[in-house]
Amino acid sequence: MTEADKPKKASAVAQARRQFLLDSARMACGVGLLGIGIGLYAKQAKALPPLALRPPGASAEKDFLGACVRCGLCVRDCPYDILSLAKPEEPVATGTPYFVARQLPCEMCDDIPCVKACPTGALDHKLTDINKAKMGLAVLVDHENCLNYLGLRCDICHRVCPVIDKAITLEQQLNPRTGKHALFIPVVHADACTGCGKCEKACPLPVAAIKVYPTELARGEPGKHYRLGWVEKEKAGGSLVAPDLEHRYNLPEGLRYESGRGFVPGSDAAPAVPGTQPAAPTALQGGKL
Amino acid sequence: MSIGAEAVAAKGWLGAHKWLLARRVSQFGILTLFLLGPLAGIWIVKGNLTFSYTLDVLPLTDPYILLQSLLTRHLPEMKAFVGAAIVLAFYLLVGGRVFCSWVCPVNLVTDAASWLRERIGIKGGAHVSRATRYWILAMTLVLALATGTLAWELVNPVSMFHRGVIFGIGAAWAVILAVFLFDLFVMKDGWCGHLCPAGAFYSLLGKVSLVRTAAVKRAACNDCMDCFAVCPEPQVIRPALKGIDGAGPVILAANCTNCGRCIDVCSKDVFAFGTRFGNKAENISSQAQNMAPATCK
Repeated sequence: MTEADKPKKASAVAQARRQFLLDSARMACGVGLLGIGIGLYAKQAKALPPLALRPPGASAEKDFLGACVRCGLCVRDCPYDILSLAKPEEPVATGTPYFVARQLPCEMCDDIPCVKACPTGALDHKLTDINKAKMGLAVLVDHENCLNYLGLRCDICHRVCPVIDKAITLEQQLNPRTGKHALFIPVVHADACTGCGKCEKACPLPVAAIKVYPTELARGEPGKHYRLGWVEKEKAGGSLVAPDLEHRYNLPEGLRYESGRGFVPGSDAAPAVPGTQPAAPTALQGGKL
Repeated sequence: MSIGAEAVAAKGWLGAHKWLLARRVSQFGILTLFLLGPLAGIWIVKGNLTFSYTLDVLPLTDPYILLQSLLTRHLPEMKAFVGAAIVLAFYLLVGGRVFCSWVCPVNLVTDAASWLRERIGIKGGAHVSRATRYWILAMTLVLALATGTLAWELVNPVSMFHRGVIFGIGAAWAVILAVFLFDLFVMKDGWCGHLCPAGAFYSLLGKVSLVRTAAVKRAACNDCMDCFAVCPEPQVIRPALKGIDGAGPVILAANCTNCGRCIDVCSKDVFAFGTRFGNKAENISSQAQNMAPATCK
């Protein structure tokens, strides 16, 4: 190579480097654009539509969409053929398994073959008792059309429930319309409801008054700092706040109060002798609250 | 003269199509195995190409989808790993992109487009680098990592088609039609040869896989160019056939799909299947060496 060739070679290298960078930029931008499109679509697809339910043992939707490889083995091993894989035009993430309770509810097989079939654990193999499944949560959405709310004894959702009297109970109330009849209100209990969808399937109305929704749609959540006094009291075996003092009444002389009887003649209950009762928290002993 | 006419004249129609026929038997055979269950109730294979379970003993997992699933930070059950290990071992043996030419159902569609393109004489089209597939492969992996979901599976024509044939096609036919028309009118070998990230993934196995196509009798090549015309990845042929830079006769390029079409269409039987070993440069390169001093003079 002569001295004169050197700058030529250097410029060829620079040219090649320039071309490489340009090609890379072209690819990164073009493919990146495609990726952003698919990424945004994937974000949309994370929202499971309210009427589609996942098979038993499915993890939360966002985890499920990474774990499920869309192989369809759960579909194949379901003895009642309730599951199907979502087609691209359906509002469920393409290829993932789901069922629609109003069409065909889960029959809650004891051996849970769909979960056993799953090769990836998208359906959690730790689920061995179908009564612990959480496919969704039944919600009595339409109080105005539910026949039991109207005062009839439909009770169908209650009677078809595989976890009868635990997942759905009938709570008796006075019928305020007639003033003398009873209402038997179906009440769903989230701790026992598996979300199988039998109630929704069986509701005799043209459009079901009780529906099974994915749990995250159906459920509220109490504030993290909320404590239910009566629960805490039971856990602790006694009041945590004020001592359980007998209520004292400031009654006229010669009267006292007896539970169930009301005011009765006689002197008031013996006043508490200091020292015999547990000490009240300082806040209640005249301190500032 | 049309592609392969010389080979048909020399070897007969069957001799000039035997690997093509074998490949079609493989592709339709695999589809049939998957369809026997849902259509005839004979359950030899359950599932689809992402995961299948054969005779309730043999798990087979697509390692590409398993990789995406791992990137979403899900740890699958052991069965999925075993299935992926078997599939990886198989393609490391027979050639990475053997998946593309012998198994994948989309190949039937793109081969049909390619055939029709040739038949009605469509030339040219859009130019995109064949390396695009690696960028798309990277994009799908980044998507899995970033979204925590198998985002590519929402739109992947390969799994959508295979799943659709077995579980109900829905609107996936439109996607497959789009791939067909794209290959026909927009880009020759566009999907399989330029864009498909699954093919790109399997080509990575092809870098080290054992069974290779080789131009064993390359000295007999009469430059009829039929192998280049018929090959879906023609860039892989030249180094091995022409001994570029002293290359041996074995096609080591990762994107050779081992489809065997070059073997079929060669009237001189230049090509044959072999292994990647014993790739010694002889014939042509020695000729080239002999010629080299002559040109210097």
